[in-house]
Amino acid sequence: MSLTPTPGQTVGPFFHYALPYAGDAELVPPARAEAIRLHGRVYDGAGDPVPDALVEVWQTGPDGAVPQVAGSLRRDGYTFTGFGRAQTDRTGHYRFSTLRPGALSSAGAPYFALTVFARGLLDRLFTRAYLPGAAPAELAALEAVPDDRGFVFDIRLQGEDETVFLSHARD
Amino acid sequence: MTSSDSAAASQAEISAEIAAISREYDARPGSGEGATETAPRLDYPPYRSSILRHPTKAPRQVDPEGVELWAPVFGELDVDPLESDLTVQHRGEPVGERMVVTGRVTDGEGRPVRRQLVEIWQANAGGRYIHQRDQHPAALDPNFTGMGRCLTDDDGRYRFTTIKPGPYPWRNHHNAWRPAHIHFSVFGREFTQRLVTQMYFPGDPLFALDPIYQSIVDPAARDRLVATYDHDVTTHEWATGYRWDIVLSGSHRTVFEEDEQ
Ligand SMILES: [Fe+2]
Repeated sequence: MSLTPTPGQTVGPFFHYALPYAGDAELVPPARAEAIRLHGRVYDGAGDPVPDALVEVWQTGPDGAVPQVAGSLRRDGYTFTGFGRAQTDRTGHYRFSTLRPGALSSAGAPYFALTVFARGLLDRLFTRAYLPGAAPAELAALEAVPDDRGFVFDIRLQGEDETVFLSHARD
Repeated sequence: MTSSDSAAASQAEISAEIAAISREYDARPGSGEGATETAPRLDYPPYRSSILRHPTKAPRQVDPEGVELWAPVFGELDVDPLESDLTVQHRGEPVGERMVVTGRVTDGEGRPVRRQLVEIWQANAGGRYIHQRDQHPAALDPNFTGMGRCLTDDDGRYRFTTIKPGPYPWRNHHNAWRPAHIHFSVFGREFTQRLVTQMYFPGDPLFALDPIYQSIVDPAARDRLVATYDHDVTTHEWATGYRWDIVLSGSHRTVFEEDEQ
């Protein structure tokens, strides 16, 4: 038996005082030696930056293990919880200070699981940002681009080079 | 970048667009045989801000793997129990109708989502948000912020004490008003179950006029966002009560014994 899910609705324009929290985008302190930056811009169909989007990341640590520890809302500076949240700034830019994700088995390639919310976006979108060179062929468009401090992953909600968004198969 | 938000259209024009989409949906093949849309349309032009912000390609279907089969863990450390009462965050009592909203979060198989994070945010009784971009000239309430959090209990139950929010105007079109609502952000047992939505109140006269609510084109589907007044939740000389259950999408991960207990 499968129940019908509750529909989503847009996050709207007024989430900024509610969903962001202190330390939300710093899964690890940026000063930490292994810290990397995952960042990018969110664009609309006209190529303009989206200044009122929210991006969430969920990921493994470098050892490939899935974190199952509390503390994402009250960071202690040591525990890696694997979850972070970043609002875009007025230039549509989001950024996380985090660790490089690993993969436990040779079967799966490491990636950052991302959820995207925005005013004007009626339901959340899922995507993945793979490490450069790690994506399976059919998802090659979802590879992040390396930069000096980590990885860049832009999100295009609409248009010619629209981001590949994902739905999840049920078996 | 907000040109699509300009208040050019009248409510009559927006309502005509909503009605046309609704007629087209009712005439679909398979209508009446359960061929229903259960999610909002991302491409819903009556909601003007969606025009440039919806993907045009169908999502790529993937088998969820690895980290997507798990959800972040939140615990007592993350959420103070006082955060579930939005009426005690300041020195005085907020203005408006004190109310309790409670319900269960379950997955698509009906299993409770236990000890997981629920976040809400909302306007005050006058329809005003504490947000610098909210320019609606209704009073701010110094005793109401309008943001709360809680963890579900072992039965998947959440409970908030708050103030009934008022409807508020917005700039989608001329004389546009949102039905009163509470924004909900919910995590499941898996990342794929992440949900952000809005809860509405029964019988709101603004439902038919609101393109965000109507973006869920199936009437039975959008009705799932409407809470029920429940006198058993209402408490004597204190607060009215509403019940609203949340069903997340189905699970992909094998459920182990310890999850089921
Ligand atoms: Fe709202």
